[in-house]
Amino acid sequence: MIEFADVSRIFMVGGQEVPALRNINLHLVAGEYVSIMGPSGSGKSTLLNLIGLLDRPSSGTYRLDGLDVTTLDDEHQAQVRREKIGFVFQFFHLVPRLSAAMNIELPLILAGVPPQERKERVGQLLESYGLADRAGHRPDQLSGGQRQRVAIARATIMRPAVLLADEPTGNLDQTTGKEVMSLLEQLVEQGVALILVTHDPALGQRAARQLQMVDGRIVSDTRNISQA
Amino acid sequence: MNLTDTLLFASGSLRGARTRTLLMILAMSIGVAAVVILTALGEGARRYVVGQFSSLGSNLVIVLPGRSETAGVNPGMLLGQTERDIVLDDAQALLRSTAVRRIAPLTIGTAQASHGARNREVVVLGSTADLLPIRHMELAHGQFLPAIDMQSASPVCVLGAKIKRELFGSEAAVGAWLHLGDRRFRVIGVLASQGESMGMNTDDLVVVPVASAHMLFNTQALFRVLVEAKSRDLIARAQKDAEDIMMQQHGGERDVTVITQDAVLATFDRILHALTLAVGGIAAISLSVAGVLIMNVMLIAVAQRTQEIGLLKALGAPSSEIRRLFFAEAVLLSGIGSMAGLLLGEIGSAVIGQVYPALPVNAPWWAVLAAFGTALGTGILFSVWPARRAAQLDPVLALARR
Ligand SMILES: Nc1ncnc2c1ncn2[C@@H]1O[C@H](COP(=O)(O)OP(=O)(O)OP(=O)(O)O)[C@@H](O)[C@H]1O
Ligand SMILES: [Mg+2]
Repeated sequence: MIEFADVSRIFMVGGQEVPALRNINLHLVAGEYVSIMGPSGSGKSTLLNLIGLLDRPSSGTYRLDGLDVTTLDDEHQAQVRREKIGFVFQFFHLVPRLSAAMNIELPLILAGVPPQERKERVGQLLESYGLADRAGHRPDQLSGGQRQRVAIARATIMRPAVLLADEPTGNLDQTTGKEVMSLLEQLVEQGVALILVTHDPALGQRAARQLQMVDGRIVSDTRNISQA
Repeated sequence: MNLTDTLLFASGSLRGARTRTLLMILAMSIGVAAVVILTALGEGARRYVVGQFSSLGSNLVIVLPGRSETAGVNPGMLLGQTERDIVLDDAQALLRSTAVRRIAPLTIGTAQASHGARNREVVVLGSTADLLPIRHMELAHGQFLPAIDMQSASPVCVLGAKIKRELFGSEAAVGAWLHLGDRRFRVIGVLASQGESMGMNTDDLVVVPVASAHMLFNTQALFRVLVEAKSRDLIARAQKDAEDIMMQQHGGERDVTVITQDAVLATFDRILHALTLAVGGIAAISLSVAGVLIMNVMLIAVAQRTQEIGLLKALGAPSSEIRRLFFAEAVLLSGIGSMAGLLLGEIGSAVIGQVYPALPVNAPWWAVLAAFGTALGTGILFSVWPARRAAQLDPVLALARR
């Protein structure tokens, strides 16, 4: 599903080239559960942003479902993001003035889904994520775990093929972190591909496939035989 | 994202920043209200003056002695001749023009008026019966000057309302005698009170037949001749005819001035219209200041909402969508601001109208339209840059942890 061929990403900082990714070759299939680990500054977030089409490679090609998405214009890239990709962030990134329900509804509004259908789909999701009684609450009235669940609901409401999670538990305590992880893993069971960036080896080990990055390169790519 | 959702989302973010929204609407509406009220005042002044002029009579051409024009050298001046007076024969001759409906010669002077023990100095106006319709005057009692030949004197007079009050009190004036200088006149009518119009107060006049006035003041010269054209279209011809006739009468010399009331009116109209435009324009500048304010606040809003913008992009909003959202905010802001401003302006005009009932305060439609358009225009124009800035935001940086 995701194919990176010789992808590099070089930042220019004060006239100096800073390579964040060097010649990445990567192939991910649909429904795969992949963790990306590595020291700080190794390029994990940069890789995730490239997969999510928030950033463009400096060289190389990126194919998503066989389509070369690197050459798409802004409009079409946005459409791909809307339809195929869901983001979960460490800092949740909920819109503070909108209620939980409206935050979840946002992708549907952007996609131009009619209001009636929006209400139904948001209602269902709130129900299944145990947030039904929090629908009208604004983010500052929610706990960290609830916020991240709202964020995951928002990331999945468009039924994307890939979920990109950059340290989704990084701002949560152990127990709520576990809850959030099990929610994400449920989604994997439903067939969504999950790409998880984490510093926590214990979390990383749970993924079926583990990538290790150092200095902009993938230095190891291992698979668990027995899944946790 | 469809239009309704765009507007809803934009109004949501406006409501999210209540103070800034209210302040911006206030700035916008003050600007619009200023344009509306100031142009309403200017337009009111213009209409007031126009109204005053029309109350003087319509389709008027005025013939006065002397050449006030500097167009070329007067041959009479070279010959050392003085300009000739306008006399009753000249006035009579003006009626030869087919464009002229009627004329009223005017002679003016002051005399001591007395009735019984009361006396005072009055302005005496010598004219003919036609003065009444030409000057749109009205009678309160009795009748106006008799329609006699303008060359013949008759010892009758018509009093202005104030003169009547001062010399006769509540006594009936019609039929009584009035002494003007050393002559006696029979009062045959009293004018209805009209108040001041363009500096000439008909309340303070005694009107006598023009020939009688000439005897009273021992003169032949007319102060001026009022000529009424048959219609609006014939004013120009009446003016030309009057000039030609006066030239014939005066042996080929152009030694009178013929002006049309329209020309004077048009000049006033132009001046006051320009004034209205000028004050309106100054007020419109305050609108563009409001526009700069909007730009400033929108830029701050973009900076404050980088995260939200990055998020919207991550959720699949293309740059054009972000631009549209910020644009919609500006349009809503300036739209509401201009509406509020129009309302404020109307209220302000109404208040001024209450305080000065004589002034027809009403903003002209073009000013209202211009104010509304300028407000909306500046709002939109000054939001182009902030909206573009928002649209060009790098989502990766916007979402990066700080
Ligand atoms: N916008 C940018 N401009 C310049 N350099 C950048 C930019 N973004 C990332 N980098 C550089 O690219 C490299 C990789 O950054 P990246 O954020 O991908 O690291 P990371 O693996 O996610 O680190 P962490 O674990 O701390 O989140 C770093 O050296 C970083 O300084
Ligand atoms: Mg990172």
